[in-house]
Amino acid sequence: MDLLRDALVWLFSAEQFQGDGSLPQRIAEHLGYTSVAVVVAIVLALPLGYFIGHTGKGHVWIVGITGGARALPSFGLILLLVLVLGVSQRQSAAILALVLLAIPPLLAGAYAGVAQIPRSVIDSARSQGMTEAQILFQVEIPLSLPLVMGGLRGAVLQVVATATLVAYVGLGGLGYDIIQGIPLRRFDQTLGAAIVVALLALVLDAAVAGASRWATPRGVLLGSFGDVRARDSSLARTR
Amino acid sequence: MDWILANSPMIGQLTLDHVRLSIIPILVGFIVATPLGWVAHRWKWSRGILLGVVGLLYTIPSLALFMILPPLLGLSVLSEANVLIALSLYAVAIMVRSAADAFSSIEPRALRAATAVGYGEWGRFFAVELPLAGPVLLAGIRVVAVSTVSLVTVGVLVGVSSLGYFFTDGFQRRIVPEVLAGVVMTFLVALFFDGLLVLAGRWIMPWASLATADRGRVT
Repeated sequence: MDLLRDALVWLFSAEQFQGDGSLPQRIAEHLGYTSVAVVVAIVLALPLGYFIGHTGKGHVWIVGITGGARALPSFGLILLLVLVLGVSQRQSAAILALVLLAIPPLLAGAYAGVAQIPRSVIDSARSQGMTEAQILFQVEIPLSLPLVMGGLRGAVLQVVATATLVAYVGLGGLGYDIIQGIPLRRFDQTLGAAIVVALLALVLDAAVAGASRWATPRGVLLGSFGDVRARDSSLARTR
Repeated sequence: MDWILANSPMIGQLTLDHVRLSIIPILVGFIVATPLGWVAHRWKWSRGILLGVVGLLYTIPSLALFMILPPLLGLSVLSEANVLIALSLYAVAIMVRSAADAFSSIEPRALRAATAVGYGEWGRFFAVELPLAGPVLLAGIRVVAVSTVSLVTVGVLVGVSSLGYFFTDGFQRRIVPEVLAGVVMTFLVALFFDGLLVLAGRWIMPWASLATADRGRVT
């Protein structure tokens, strides 16, 4: 446990909080890559997922894309894109790799979120005279939110973890102190940085989980709990 | 292409290393997580605790876990055991949730019927619950296999050689085919494990594909 003490000493030493390569700067870089990649992935994946879910066209692609993407090694993807697009473009290349990793869970969440809605719900919305746009925005999107937010959580988790690897191509982030420290055998530094990465990942995950509870309409949450029929019959009895 | 031809013995060797490093976490994931998943499914309190712990574990990035485990276990950061244990933990983390879902997906009537015809708790587990949970367990272990194969590559950063070696070596020497070969071979190893599991599933659970075929005919 001496190493843990050394790691904490490293973590709280004054040099981690000033100048180039300070911890706050590394955290900002890490969060920067993460948020840019996730936002771009949301903009690309959610409309496509909703389109496929609403029209039912092309859903065979979803399974293939999400399954295949899991088999792609994220570290290799970053290095490959940086080499192919050129080291001078490494920042866009690394972010592109992170976007590619974030798309599959979001796409699957949006598609599955719409696909799991009972057909009768969509049909009754249509029979009430709702337009296709109203069905999408007032029925399908709200009812899909629990699964979409689940997809968002998966995407954020994946991107935060992979963003530790962009330090290998010289882009900083919290992985820097780990990747730079291993060959030097500075294990106090690597452990200290690892603790910060782990905490950051846990905090972000909790934040997304909290946001999903906040963003999901209360009626949708109530409907997803337990057996709706049981609640209906108890209502009938009181009446 | 020249690079691939000139280095095909090394590609073969590192592919074998990669397969070897992947097998242990996948097996540990299945053997450890299936009973844990059953426990998580069986009681409400154990579900909360177990799924909470594996959720936290799964959230920790792999490179960070490679640094955090060694001081806790008294290992060297640069040892193969470090990578194997870390990947086994991820495998268990993914699989416990799948296994809990698998056991929860069983029709309660089937369990009551098994009890009614005289199965004890253990007999019912092995003869009824495990086979009925089989298809969902298989789906879970397929996810574990594919993500383990992909994570093994990160081990190269702590000196554990796998196909990930082609990423770092190829990047430093600016050889695009080398990095590409690493990515493609990792993908193929993942497909290999996935195919193997699908075949094993068909062999162990011939009824599962029959059941889906039936369902296909009805709709």
